[in-house]
Amino acid sequence: MSNRWIVTFVLFVVAIGSVIFHLVTPWWSTEIASNWSQIDFTINLTFWITGFVYIAVILFMAWCIYKYRHRPDRRAEYEPENKKLEIILTVVTTIGVAGLLAPGLITWNKYVAVPKDALQLEVVGKQWQWSYRFPGKDGKLGKTAVRFINGDNPFGIDPKDPNGKDDILVEDVNVTLPVGKSYKMLLRSIDVLHDFYVPQFRAKMDLVPGQVSYFWFTTKRTGEFDILCAELCGVGHHTMRGKVSVVSPADFEKFLGEQTTFAKQQEEARLRRQRDAKKRQAAKRAAESIKQAARETPGTKSLD
Amino acid sequence: MAEVGTVGYEQVPPAEVEDMELYHPKSFATKYIWSQDAKIIAVQYAGTAVAIGMVGLVLSWLMRLQLGFPDVFSFITAKDYYQFVTMHGMIMVIYLLTALFLGGFGNYLIPLMVGARDMVFPYVNMLSYWIFLLAVIVLISSWFVPGGPTGAGWTLYPPQAILSGTPGSSNGIVLMLISLALFIVGFTMGGLNYVVTVLQARTRGMTMMRLPLTVWGIFVATILALLAFPALFVGAVMMTLDKMLGPSFFMPSIVELGQQLSYKGGSPLLFQHLFWFFGHPEVYIVALPAFGIVSDLISTHARRNIFGYRLMVWAIVVIGGLSFIVWAHHMYVSGMNPYFGFFFATTTLIIAVPTAIKVYNWVLTLWKGNIQLTIPMLFAIAFIITFVNGGITGLFLGNVIVDVPLSDTMFVVAHFHMVMGVAPILVVLGAVYHWFPLMTGRHLHQGLGKFHFWVTFLGAYLIYFPMHYLGFLGVPRRYYELNDTSFVPASAHDLNAFITVAALVVGFAQIVFICNIFWSAYRGKKAERNPWKAASLEWQTPTMPPGHGNWAKELPVVYRWAYDYSVPGAKQDFIPQNVAPDQVEMDAGQKESATT
Repeated sequence: MSNRWIVTFVLFVVAIGSVIFHLVTPWWSTEIASNWSQIDFTINLTFWITGFVYIAVILFMAWCIYKYRHRPDRRAEYEPENKKLEIILTVVTTIGVAGLLAPGLITWNKYVAVPKDALQLEVVGKQWQWSYRFPGKDGKLGKTAVRFINGDNPFGIDPKDPNGKDDILVEDVNVTLPVGKSYKMLLRSIDVLHDFYVPQFRAKMDLVPGQVSYFWFTTKRTGEFDILCAELCGVGHHTMRGKVSVVSPADFEKFLGEQTTFAKQQEEARLRRQRDAKKRQAAKRAAESIKQAARETPGTKSLD
Repeated sequence: MAEVGTVGYEQVPPAEVEDMELYHPKSFATKYIWSQDAKIIAVQYAGTAVAIGMVGLVLSWLMRLQLGFPDVFSFITAKDYYQFVTMHGMIMVIYLLTALFLGGFGNYLIPLMVGARDMVFPYVNMLSYWIFLLAVIVLISSWFVPGGPTGAGWTLYPPQAILSGTPGSSNGIVLMLISLALFIVGFTMGGLNYVVTVLQARTRGMTMMRLPLTVWGIFVATILALLAFPALFVGAVMMTLDKMLGPSFFMPSIVELGQQLSYKGGSPLLFQHLFWFFGHPEVYIVALPAFGIVSDLISTHARRNIFGYRLMVWAIVVIGGLSFIVWAHHMYVSGMNPYFGFFFATTTLIIAVPTAIKVYNWVLTLWKGNIQLTIPMLFAIAFIITFVNGGITGLFLGNVIVDVPLSDTMFVVAHFHMVMGVAPILVVLGAVYHWFPLMTGRHLHQGLGKFHFWVTFLGAYLIYFPMHYLGFLGVPRRYYELNDTSFVPASAHDLNAFITVAALVVGFAQIVFICNIFWSAYRGKKAERNPWKAASLEWQTPTMPPGHGNWAKELPVVYRWAYDYSVPGAKQDFIPQNVAPDQVEMDAGQKESATT
């Protein structure tokens, strides 16, 4: 077999093999669980248009290699330019590219415009765990700032903001959402970049310290889905995992009821502080009474 | 129609180029070590780049071992893995590809192709290499400091790059930033040289529109680099200051592991904008020289003029210009103002048009050609396939909404490896097979070359083509291990193992290639003069390999473009650029008419 046969054949195999691989591949997008099927549509559209061009280019090259093989007695055609052909190709390409861009931008326009009735869920990222905050009955999240963050207030909620009192806190990497509801995800990080990524929702966005970013989606089916961090966030990046359970509204209410609120958390912290203070006082008193006893016992020196 | 190639015989040649004063080496050290000859500097640059590139290759093996067989190699910890990822990326993009294309091919080919004796500033050119070497040494030294090299990812995003949750955040990151700053200083010296040489040292008759596309690609890429690298330089300096002194350019208020840090008011996104203002043109800094070189390989070995030369030049220039207004397509899900997405998606997809034109013109050069399937031609064909593949996946990621599910997945890894890893490296390899006879007077071994080609091309395709599908599935990039993830089927782990084996094999083929270079440099088949019968000027030197000063006493005079292949009526199927119209040997019965 001569060289050109081998090369033509291999190019042919690459083209056809790629198509066959695409048809039989077991690895493809997960079953969607949000409203963003338009994203999937745009991906598929892009796939078929660009895939066609790709295969056409390879097959055309394969044909050229076969047909225009080198022969000493032949000459290549001398044709520096062919304006007409160049213009046609440019125009066709521009139309094709515009055809990809238009549906993309239309969908993006929906992605950035959050529906008015969307509920809020705040996602807080830190190395290397997730936590979540739902607004309470008032539907408003309390203000936050990094300077408020401490052991008693891990979310950094402003203790003076009345909106924050009834905020529902989920100090767990797993979270539950009701099916059929639109959520505006408010994304906040207290240390480095993270990215809240649930493949089945299709949507994702980085969490950036110093600002609140967002995206929105509507839950479309129940199930339990993996949450991954998709922005490198240090040595534990791959362990920053969680699960989101999409459940019926009734189950969701039950889930919410089991969570604590900021007011409760503060109250518990206050009680804990009180208890601790009492304990410290008791310990101090005990120590003093021992000292007292020691002093009153003849023959011993002061322990002070 | 044929004006590009053949008008201008009657043009008055530009003012005569003055013969430049060259430094003539007096000892072995000044000839081969502290050399001011661009050809030696080119070899120094290329040798250093390939040496550090081999380190990058080994790092990729180690990464792939972890990904393919996560339970087997217990000596690879998460810390190691992220350090491998980071150093592999930075080495391959900056210290291998940028240095090789501009410092290596730029230095060797620009003076020869434009008909100059050397670069315009040979001394600065020499300094450029030594500062590059220093940058590489500083980079390597980060392995030998406490904490090791940085593991922040090659993008070095703050805040994590300088916080303690990231490997190498104590010393490694500082050395990385210093090394980058040094690289940029060194590169600027070389880069100014390349630009000034192309603009000022072209020989008589070598108009800009007669330059080979190789020179155009390197020339425009160098201008991009001179404009883009300062953004990275500034980012590196500011992050070094954030790390050492804490002025908080990029650092907002942060609680790290329960501790309030003293940073306040900085913007992590600012760094990303600076980084990608450099980082996107960087893609074209690597791609444009590859575009140029592959055009010349295809034209020479298909014995046909490059199709649509003027459009090819303008495409290079337009791509270069557009590459400065697309950077935020790397940041669609970064938390920047989402309305930027409309603008950057539009500019990004516009850049596909001139890029597609280039692809068409390469393919149309093959069409009606007289194709010789030499090894450089094989690599050029493989380049077109992998580049188109990587280019169309760019249409996915550039189209903002499509990027949302795919960003930060293995799809991105597959995309950029295909388009700026595999495709440009295939061009580099083809170019080495093409110009090796010019540099050494000998051919590379053909059999080993064919082995190298098939393993590299098919192996790389088998690595990266299926990898896109892992990205569709949702497998995230930069994951030390996936553990149990409900949406990832067991078969995906098998695919990962397969990719790892393919990567080991492809890497091994590169070692064979390097052995081939050393063996052939001394034992290879002797090459005749201008063995590919190329028309461009670098093959027309009085000696092969070209000597010090490149040309004989007289500089060559250029009468035509670099693509006079298969000119009708001419006796041979190529006419070198320095052959005057009345010197062209014509077939019997043919007169000048053919070439006017």
